[in-house]
Amino acid sequence: MKRICIMRVAGTNRDYDTHEILSYLGAASEVVHMNEFIRGRKSLLDYDAFIFPGGFSYGDRIRSGAIWAKQLIYKLSSDFRKIADEGRPILGICNGMQVVVEAGLIPGLRGISEYPEAAMGVNASSKFECRWVYLKNFSRGNCLFTKNIPRGAVMRVPVAHGEGRFLLPKEEENELLRTLDRNDQVVFRYCDEDGGVAEGNYPMNPNGAFSDIAGVCNPDGNVLAFMPHAEDACFSHQHPDWTRKGLKGEMAGILIFKSLLSHLK
Amino acid sequence: MLYKRSDFPFELYFIKIREAADSDLKRISSERCLSLSLVEMRRVREHYRKLARDATDVELEMIAQIWSEHCCHKTLTGNFKDSKGKTIATKLLKNTIMKATKELNLPWCKLVFKDNAGIVDFDGKHALAFKVETHNHPSALEPFGGASTGVGGVIRDILGVWADPIANTDVLCFAPLDFPEKKIPKGIKSPPYLYNGVVAGIGAYGNNMGIPTVNGSIHFDESYLGNPLVYCGCLGLLPMGKFIKNTKPKECILLAGGRTGKDGIHGVTFASAELTETSEESSRSAVQIGDPIEEEKLKRAILRVRDEGLASAVTDLGGGGVSCAVSEMAERSGCGATVELETVPLKYPINAPWEIWVSESQERMLLSVSEANLERTLEVFEDEDVEATVIGRFNDSRQIVVLYKDTPVANLSTNFLYESPSATTVIRKPRTKFKEPNFKQPKNLGEILLKLLSLPGTASKESVIHTYDHEVKGHTVIKPLQGAFVDGPGDAAVLKPLPDSWKGVVLSNGFNPQYGKIDCYAMAASAIDEAIRNNIAVGGRRIALLDNFCWGSPNRPELAYGLVEACKACRDMSLAFKTPFISGKDSLYNESAGKPITPSLLISAVGIMPDVRKAVTMDAKKPESLIYLIGETRRELGGSSYYSLFKQLGVSVPQVNPEKAKKVFSKVTSAIDKGLLLSCHDLSEGGLGVAAAEMAFSGDMGMELDLQQLSSKERGDFLLFSESNSRFLVEVAPSKQRSFERLMKGAPFCKIGRTTKLKEFVIEKGGKVLIAEQLEKLRKTWQEPLK
Repeated sequence: MKRICIMRVAGTNRDYDTHEILSYLGAASEVVHMNEFIRGRKSLLDYDAFIFPGGFSYGDRIRSGAIWAKQLIYKLSSDFRKIADEGRPILGICNGMQVVVEAGLIPGLRGISEYPEAAMGVNASSKFECRWVYLKNFSRGNCLFTKNIPRGAVMRVPVAHGEGRFLLPKEEENELLRTLDRNDQVVFRYCDEDGGVAEGNYPMNPNGAFSDIAGVCNPDGNVLAFMPHAEDACFSHQHPDWTRKGLKGEMAGILIFKSLLSHLK
Repeated sequence: MLYKRSDFPFELYFIKIREAADSDLKRISSERCLSLSLVEMRRVREHYRKLARDATDVELEMIAQIWSEHCCHKTLTGNFKDSKGKTIATKLLKNTIMKATKELNLPWCKLVFKDNAGIVDFDGKHALAFKVETHNHPSALEPFGGASTGVGGVIRDILGVWADPIANTDVLCFAPLDFPEKKIPKGIKSPPYLYNGVVAGIGAYGNNMGIPTVNGSIHFDESYLGNPLVYCGCLGLLPMGKFIKNTKPKECILLAGGRTGKDGIHGVTFASAELTETSEESSRSAVQIGDPIEEEKLKRAILRVRDEGLASAVTDLGGGGVSCAVSEMAERSGCGATVELETVPLKYPINAPWEIWVSESQERMLLSVSEANLERTLEVFEDEDVEATVIGRFNDSRQIVVLYKDTPVANLSTNFLYESPSATTVIRKPRTKFKEPNFKQPKNLGEILLKLLSLPGTASKESVIHTYDHEVKGHTVIKPLQGAFVDGPGDAAVLKPLPDSWKGVVLSNGFNPQYGKIDCYAMAASAIDEAIRNNIAVGGRRIALLDNFCWGSPNRPELAYGLVEACKACRDMSLAFKTPFISGKDSLYNESAGKPITPSLLISAVGIMPDVRKAVTMDAKKPESLIYLIGETRRELGGSSYYSLFKQLGVSVPQVNPEKAKKVFSKVTSAIDKGLLLSCHDLSEGGLGVAAAEMAFSGDMGMELDLQQLSSKERGDFLLFSESNSRFLVEVAPSKQRSFERLMKGAPFCKIGRTTKLKEFVIEKGGKVLIAEQLEKLRKTWQEPLK
């Protein structure tokens, strides 16, 4: 069975949620503290896929995700490069998105960059935002984490973050966006209930992210940086209005994890 | 000279307490901020005369911590007499609230009033630990730090009973945000500054630790000017049988977590002093600095230690720091302890041992660990990058001995330390005569409803709730925001804490400080009824309660009278509802600029429900459903929101009739279990009018109600805005009408109208339209004030 590593450091907290859904799906997932790799007790290379879960790694000091990203680069350098280059699936959720962006994996137009080439800014509202949003799947099939999600599908998920505003360098943002689109790297955008993109409107786009981007992958489609919490939107009873709509059973958030598992099969 | 500096190479003073006259005792207590009374100081002097030696500063500080109101609750556990000296109550808490729990003797209560938190059974395999604390004075000085360490502190209370913290609650009280700045006395911070800081502090700590904040409320009253109330609650889950507190002699005293600094010195004695103009200067050091990431790591390590069964006891470091934690742990198991204070890891050099001994630096826990398990335990902490240090050992002496650089700096027996003082408080029934206001029914009740919806206590708290992560862990099944636009005000939160079970936990609260201005008995009874009915409204049952008293100085006899009344109400209601109190806390001396806060009793409730899929929310679901009012509406408007619009208090404060209420509650529970209710909302501030409006606009569903059905004689405004307890508004599908009405027989209920497709909210009485407003207008008015 393929092994999934849910990595954590001080301040990670949504590893529980992620582990719970993967266990439900019968996956061999394991929550592993970064110290286990640094101290040589475990090896990154023994795992087939990686999830960087949500939380506040090291209290998000300096910038959210920055310290953890630097640790990955400098303390696990060659192994970390290897897993990314080999195309092993890597999913960064929320704080995990901040980590993979800070580590230079996203957008990764020329492979892993030495310095971050995108940024996760403070929410436009300048507040922490915990709310339910809609996402539209824009992937044309490149990203492995959307294998089981119909193109154009709208899903409902919660966000919970203070720094979720995905930004590209201002002077070349439009050009970069065209490249991302061409490469099929824009995976999810914030939208309304019917799939109309948010066009920056708050609170539909909860953080002011550039081009409403909620999820973006690398050119190879094996690394997904994803701001909302799909792991908390896998079942009807996790949804905010299941008592109104009579929702039952599994919900769309689970498809991201099912996509990963079908890829690993 | 009362003080003599020692010749040791560090700062230690001897206090010649044996020779001190009464006036000297008072001086010592005030100079060293001990907050001990003359009677207590005399006891200390007596003890040292017996010991035939001087006291050290370390010892006096330790005594002050352990005997503080914060640690031993000497007022509420003490006696009360009237001004003529006649005893009114002895051992108040023990003979009221605790006695009720004891009499009820319910098998599912696993640990009550003994430890850091109350514990009840959840599903036979797991237990729930619940605790609510206050952090008022620190929040008055430094709102962000005060509130966040309040959250951190109550989370450690939960860890202190070996439970995994799974949800936070918070109830906050401030002066009105538009309180004129010019009228704010010197040294007091403005209400908006306190509000923003407290809200940010609560959010930051819970969010960083990954614990969802799922239930709470915010209240406003001028008496909270300069003395806001910050109630922080935490719910924990622990496997049955993992609770162990059995320290043995020779075991190691292990201090784990953050380092010790000078922050939070005298926090507990500060808690027992009124806030004054100079508090900022004199007591700033009493406010701690929080680091939620440190506590997150600590939590992981503690839970691992629990699961591996490595330690024989755990406790949190809160008030009184190491001094209280070590002494408590020793005393609990009949042990003594020797601590080598220089082994305590410090943030920076501290030269006075007493400061290390009583510092309240955050994010620290204490464990007792056998020599055999020590190595593995230290490894667990190291894996999480948490510092853990052996600072001494337990023994069989019943003495607490503190060494600093091999020099004994304290040596006191646990017998002396824990023969805590109990106070005798004088009470006097207030003579204030309240009168019912006399006015005609206003012509435009629509306008009145809009005003009620925009009262800050009633208005939407959405802007605050969105800054709290209420989704983390993925177990929040019924959320604080509900309805068609996910913005309606939920009555209670429901969690589904176990992945493989549908069983739920229900959290709610009740709080009616306005009623306390008239009658503290009615306030307490109403708060209990409200906490229970909020819980019932979503599907909760088998409810346990927590009490949290926030009062002004008990040295004011009229306030002390209210305390006794409230405790009696707690006892009576607890027995009548068969709803036990499992833990509680009091914070007295909530005064600022010489004025006490209005008596404030928070009741928090934890219930369970067999299947969370049966939970009901408060938003109207479908057009053409029937709307019923369950429970009796009486002319009870004393302390109501309605009267407050006319700047009146009134006297007809809502009462509780537990026998009738119980019938109503059990019927609502059956209706929910049978799936007969589409929605259910509790009636509280603003009565039927506000509850119905909330139900309608949260569900984006029009409503037509006719009050004639309720009573043909009573005035429409009183029917609409009375705040009688034990009432619910429910929505029933027409197809379920017969089964619902059959079920409700024997309880007071009345069909008062229906939902409609039109987005209009209409209330009539006897053919006359009292209110006709657009839903959108009601919703916007309700959302605007705290946006």
